[in-house]
This record gives sequence, structure tokens and C-alpha cells, in this order.
Amino acid sequence: MSVVISKAIPNALPKRHFKLSTQTRSLLVGLAFVSPWIIGFLTWTIYPLLSSLYFSLHNYDLLRPPVFIGLDNYVQFFTDKAHTPTVVYNTLYYVLLAAPLGVVSAFLLATLLNTKIVGRSFFRAIFFFPAIVPAMVVAFIWRFLLNVQYGAINGALQGMSLSPIPFLSNPELAKPSLILINMWAQGNAMLIFLATLQDVPRSLYEAAIVDGANAWDKFWHITIPMCTPVILFNLIMAFIGGFQNFTLPWLLTTGGPNQATEFFTIYLYRNAFMYLRMGFASAMAWMLFFVIVVITVIMLKTSARWVFYGSEAY
Amino acid sequence: MQAISPVARPSNLARTLRKMGVKGVIIEIVKYVILLTLALSFVLPFFWMVTSALKDDPQVYTIPPVWIPSPAHWNNFWEAWHVRPFTAFSINTIFRYAIPATLGTVLSSAVVAYGFSRVRWPGRDVLFFICIMTMMVPFFVLMVPLFVIFKQLGWINSYRPLVVPAFFGNAFNIFLLRQFFLTIPEELSDAARIDGCNEFGILWRIILPLAKPALAVVALFAFIGAWNDYLGPLIYINKVSMFPVALGISELQRSVSDTGAVANMYPYLMSASTIITVPIVIFFFFAQRTFIEGIALTGMKA
Repeated sequence: MSVVISKAIPNALPKRHFKLSTQTRSLLVGLAFVSPWIIGFLTWTIYPLLSSLYFSLHNYDLLRPPVFIGLDNYVQFFTDKAHTPTVVYNTLYYVLLAAPLGVVSAFLLATLLNTKIVGRSFFRAIFFFPAIVPAMVVAFIWRFLLNVQYGAINGALQGMSLSPIPFLSNPELAKPSLILINMWAQGNAMLIFLATLQDVPRSLYEAAIVDGANAWDKFWHITIPMCTPVILFNLIMAFIGGFQNFTLPWLLTTGGPNQATEFFTIYLYRNAFMYLRMGFASAMAWMLFFVIVVITVIMLKTSARWVFYGSEAY
Repeated sequence: MQAISPVARPSNLARTLRKMGVKGVIIEIVKYVILLTLALSFVLPFFWMVTSALKDDPQVYTIPPVWIPSPAHWNNFWEAWHVRPFTAFSINTIFRYAIPATLGTVLSSAVVAYGFSRVRWPGRDVLFFICIMTMMVPFFVLMVPLFVIFKQLGWINSYRPLVVPAFFGNAFNIFLLRQFFLTIPEELSDAARIDGCNEFGILWRIILPLAKPALAVVALFAFIGAWNDYLGPLIYINKVSMFPVALGISELQRSVSDTGAVANMYPYLMSASTIITVPIVIFFFFAQRTFIEGIALTGMKA
């Protein structure tokens, strides 16, 4: 519509030599508006991306100028038997369990909230709350709560004369504990699911009832298919977020006990800012980037098999 | 739901119950048991935080743990706030970080979103796609080079590394505002153009006033994001006098885990955690709708 009007004006005015064509003018106006992003994109994304690639091929400790070492940083990562297997195992263990379980938890909470209940907004607020509390507060609360000796949970267990569970101090249990805390803090995904559930047309359910469907049929054959696009979205976000999970494990366990929660990001952070191995950290970061892109692409490509795009809303 | 409404008259209640049948009543009961158990598991950790804030050391180290300490040490809040300079930390967080970053994010994202939605120009959609794609870039890839850049600029130990980039738009917020701007009828802009208003005037006088709910979402998330941010300050700020509350608290925690911990560190840690959670609770209480609609909006165009 804007085209129609701006076209009218040059016709009405006498032709001037310096008059820009409508196309060029709108291009300039558009570029002017998005220029902050373009400048920011070049300065805070493209340039750092390229220099990260550059650092990843160098030995760099911030103090001395970078020394070119080719692919040594990458080779080093793959040949380091002391750390790499542990870090990769921990990260995959965490992401492959935490991401799906987090989505399941969010989906079930949303489903529960979407039934007829008294005080829905109250429960919704409670379930959402952990998602906006500062991550370090969440970490401190759980660290104290799960403490073997003084924590409330083990206190309750001892009260029932059960033996205490060393949630965070046992290498076997540290990762499952983090996964549980992650299931607990699913407010964002839950709200996205809830909004989706509320958008499922009632007519579908009514038609199903006419066809004699019970509650389970409705859930399995209507609710879940209608939610698959959003399940995919939340799953992708959960995988991306899971690979980059840092603050909670850093403050809860700092990689321990016995390296059981030494995740990729924690090991990367250590290399960068504690050992000042900036080149090695950059190489690690590029591998992380690569893995995230590959997983996202795989999920998008395979999604056609299970994601149902029936509604016009998507 | 009439079945459990306390005001329902007995006859109504009886009728509803009969209509639901035994199975229906059992399902209702199970549902509420599950709901309440879950709600408890969400509330109890925070309850533990608040009551632990009121303990002293002997009460903390009691086995089995006590939930409600008696006597309650209310002055812990005051002491915790002063055991580290938390007043200064919160001034840092609010005035040096949260407010400028929020301002920058809202202004720049709105201007850029306007260019991506209300002006038609060749190449727009390609650039917008690239903009969306940048959300996939993990922060950890940019972390090292950004640190090097800011170190060379002499910005370490200031909030500039966290605030200045906010003035260049943020992909997620640009996306959010663009989606909202697209819902505003084009006729409004056309009318303004006929009246001789330029594009910036249209954004300022027409679009922004209409987009207040969406701007509120962006501002709220930007502010809370800054208030809760831990990794950013951890990388760029290591001078204690410049610490935000997030780092102040984790520094307090380090003294808890160290041997020879200062007396009452656990209660202080919980007191400080409670105090920095309170503003979030207040925000959430007053802006629940904004929060909930904002987050729902992000999932819509998945």
C-alpha cells in the first residue's frame, strides 16, 4: 500500500535530476531502520565468529600474540584421554535426558493446568515461578535442600528412618539430580504449551465425543498431534539450552564430584578464563556450535514424520 | 467448577456429584491430589529458603533439620545485606546494568523491528532470516573473542560490555516486536503518510503507542534478564566494588564452602537470596499477564 502512495508523489512533482527511484528510497529507509542491527550483527556476531575461528587455529593466552598451530587445538581435544571422554559423556548424558524429560514435564504440567480446575491462575503462577527466579538463587536453594547432612530432603528421609541420599555429593547421582531440577524449572516451555493447548479447536473434541472417543483417545489423537509443532519447538530449544547449560551446574557442583558434572561449557569456561587457553576454548566452542547446528537440522529434517501441521495457526 | 465450590448448596452439590458418577469423583480427587503435591514441590524449596534465612548456625546444623526456626532471627536480613556491600551491588545492577540495558534493548529492537515489518524494501526478508538465525549461535562461541575485544577497548570491569551491545537490537526481541507490529493495520500508517508524517514519525507517534503491551514484555524480560544475569558479569567484572548482586551472592557462597566459614553464612546466603528474589516476585505479581502473554507469544510462530 505504501508503494501506491509514494508512487503517486513523484508523478505529481516535476522531475528532478537527483530524485531517487521509489525502490531505492524504500531500500534506504529500510536499511536506515535496521542499521543498528546490521552494525551490531557485524560487530558483535560476525567479527567475533571469525576471530573465534582464527583463535581456534592458534595458541593464544591473551598475554602473548597468537601463534598459528593449525588444527592442533582440535586434535588435542580429540586425543586428550584424561578429560574429553568424561566431558562428552557428561554432556550427552545430561542433554539426552534433560531435554526430553524437561519437555515432558512442561507438557504434563500444561495439560494439568488446561483441565477444569479451581484456582488455575494460582497454580499456573506457582509452576511458572522457578523460571524467573535468578539461576543462582535456584542453585543455592537446591544446594542447601539436597545437602546430605543438613538438607531438608534428607532430613525428611531420616525422619522416616531411611538412609540419606547424597544427591550432589555422589558422582552417580549428581547428573540425575541436575536433570530433576531442570524438570522443575520449566515455566517458559509450560506456558508456551498452555497457550497452544488453549488454541486447540473445541470442535475437534466435540466431533471425537460424537465418535465415541474417551479421554485417553482425545488426548492421544487430538491433543498431542495438535501440539507437535510446539513440542518440536520446545524440544529444539531444550537441546540448544541443554548443551549450553552453565550457571546451574557451575554454582551447584562446579563440575564435581569427581568430574561427574564437568559439562562441555564448564570445561570450556575453565580453559578460557582459568587456564587462559583461549585458542583451545575457541576450538571447543566451534565444535559445540557444529553439534548444535547438526542436531537442530536433524530434528527439523526428521520432524516431518511426526509433526502435524494441520492448523492454519502454524 | 461447581463440584468443589464451597458456596454450592448441598442439594446442588449432591446433584453434581451424582452426575459425575463415582469414577468422575475419584478422577477429580486424584487430580487435586496430584496438583497439590506438585504445587507443594514448587513452593517448599522457596519456603525452605525463607525459613532458613531466619535461622542461626546451631539451627542450621540441627539434625534432623528444623523447618520453622524458633526463635526466628529476623535481623539476619539486615546483617546479610551488610556482610557484603549489597546496597552498592544492587545500585550497580539497577543503574549501571538493568536500566541502561533495558532502555537500549527496547529502543533499538523497536526501531529495527519497524524496518523489518512496516517498510517494504528489497532484501528485507533475507536479512530478517539471517537475524533469526543468529539466535542459534551459542554465546560460548562469541565469549572468547568478545572478551578480547572488550579487553582491548579497556571495558573490562565496567558494564559497557553488557550495556553497549544492547543498543544494537537483539534478535529475539526484534522477532517478538516484528510479530506484534505486523498485526497493526497498514491503513494507520498510510493515513499518517498522507498527512506528511515521515517513517520515523509513524513509528514514534503511531506504532509505539499501539505496541505498548509488546514493549512492556520486551522491557520486562530485558530488566529481569539483567537482574538475573550471572555469566555476563562473571566474565567481564572481577572488581568487587563493581559487582552486581548476582556476583555478590555467589561470592558470599564461596565463603560458605570455604573452610573456616564466617558464622551464619548459610542463613545469610538464604537471606540475601530472599531479598534479591523479592523484586522479581513483586514484578511478577503486578505483571503476571504481561509475563504469561509474552512467553506465550514467543511460542506462537514456532
